[in-house]
Amino acid sequence: MKAGTNLERVLEAGQFAVTAEIGPPKGGSAKVIASKGEMLAHAADAFNVTDNQTAVVRMCSLSACGILKQLGLDPVMQMLCRDKNRIGLQSDVLGAVALGIGNLLCLTGDHVKFGNHPSSKIVFDIDSVQLIAAVKMMRDEGLFISGEEIAGPTPMFIGAVENPYADPFEFRTTRLAKKVKAGADFIQTQAIFDVGKFARWMKEICDRGLDEQVHILAGIIPVKAVGMARYMRDYVSGVEIPDEMIQRLEGAKDVQEEGIQIILEIIEEVKLIPGVHGVHIQAVGWEKIVPEIVERAGLLPRPMM
Amino acid sequence: MIITKQKPFEVVLEELGDAKSVFLVGCGDCATLCETGGEDQVKEMGQKLESEGKKVAGSVVLEVGCHELDAKKQFRVQKDEIAEADVILVMSCGAGTQAARAVTDKPVFPANDTLFLGNILRYGNFEEKCSLCGDCILDETGAICPVTRCHKGILNGPCGGTDKGKCEVDPDKECGWTLIYQQLEKEGRVEAMKEYRPAKNWNAVLKPGNFVIPSRRKGGDEGE
Repeated sequence: MKAGTNLERVLEAGQFAVTAEIGPPKGGSAKVIASKGEMLAHAADAFNVTDNQTAVVRMCSLSACGILKQLGLDPVMQMLCRDKNRIGLQSDVLGAVALGIGNLLCLTGDHVKFGNHPSSKIVFDIDSVQLIAAVKMMRDEGLFISGEEIAGPTPMFIGAVENPYADPFEFRTTRLAKKVKAGADFIQTQAIFDVGKFARWMKEICDRGLDEQVHILAGIIPVKAVGMARYMRDYVSGVEIPDEMIQRLEGAKDVQEEGIQIILEIIEEVKLIPGVHGVHIQAVGWEKIVPEIVERAGLLPRPMM
Repeated sequence: MIITKQKPFEVVLEELGDAKSVFLVGCGDCATLCETGGEDQVKEMGQKLESEGKKVAGSVVLEVGCHELDAKKQFRVQKDEIAEADVILVMSCGAGTQAARAVTDKPVFPANDTLFLGNILRYGNFEEKCSLCGDCILDETGAICPVTRCHKGILNGPCGGTDKGKCEVDPDKECGWTLIYQQLEKEGRVEAMKEYRPAKNWNAVLKPGNFVIPSRRKGGDEGE
């Protein structure tokens, strides 16, 4: 065991894992995080807290993960390279260890242009691959990037993201391999709508034997409204929503129910794809739907590890 | 070359405040090619200032605006005009403005914003390709700089934000890492994309940069 977190134990036991995203508030209320945590506690194995996603200021992931940890949940602290240099990032990793947070998801981060402070200075001192390598070195060698020794252990189950739909498609598995080599233990992917393309990507992953080295969790975004689907298709880079899916939503009497149906079908399909070890449900601003989706997908109860 | 663009005239007027008399400094090099500080623009600025009731005490277009020694000499030649001016308005880059700063005690103001170190694609069309990081890795990346041409400046790209070879940050711009990938493919060394590039030394040049050619250093060894 690398960190012995619930997520790691579920995955290492060969169980099909479920992780869910919890969006922190645009404010300092611990209650908001705690109530979302309580609402989702039974429905997933671990809970990602985003790090100022889309460059919009929110409560920091470290504090929100600490609150979830106090509730007995297994948090996945998301950490991105946009807002902090290597000093700040490594310091936050140590802070996470102090709070008992054992899962870390390393991302490069969206450009500030997309957020609510577009004129802020971007950092990108290191990138996601370098962050993964740094955390692995902290854990396995007990050293900072500088080569200096860390006082005490840094047990971390290291996560990374990958977008199977980004360009150049033929390079995406190479980049994933780079992340695995750098130290990623698990991968949460960009939202999957085009299952066929995802399956082709997964086949490449398996052909390279990467599925033996890393746990891949397929990203799932429940779609609530036709507008949301169109917006994601048109403006969110790396999200490909097939036209027939949009048409299904357009033709539906109950769009929400149709959206849930679509997601359940996607979960059903990705479960059968070799190498997929779980799903990561990102119900952005619609967290309360997660238990229903997990239940209807036949993924309840969650294993007690 | 250093790419500049003129500040709006109202902004320049605001900078000058109630100064009555202005000495104008242009640059015969970059700012001339950017049409922000050549003979024509200096003349035009003088006319605009006069129409606002300012007096133009004199002007000069330095051969190279950031050459402090030349600026010093030229300011000496035109010392009477400069003495008459309340302020100096520099139509060059930030370096040129500070060259004027270094050679006079008069208040100095910039007429331009300084944008980047740019390549000339065609006349009047410039593109940033180098960020002057002091630690060149172009040998590894097919002579395409990820620090500059990737919006995030990452060293292990491309990130997930590429879309048909364009960058999500600005769909009008190429994804630098896709360009690198394609170039390395052409050269038959796409394997280089698998190489892990460690964290970069961003302080290869400590700000503010200062460099003396070794053989010119005081007491320096000619053979160094």
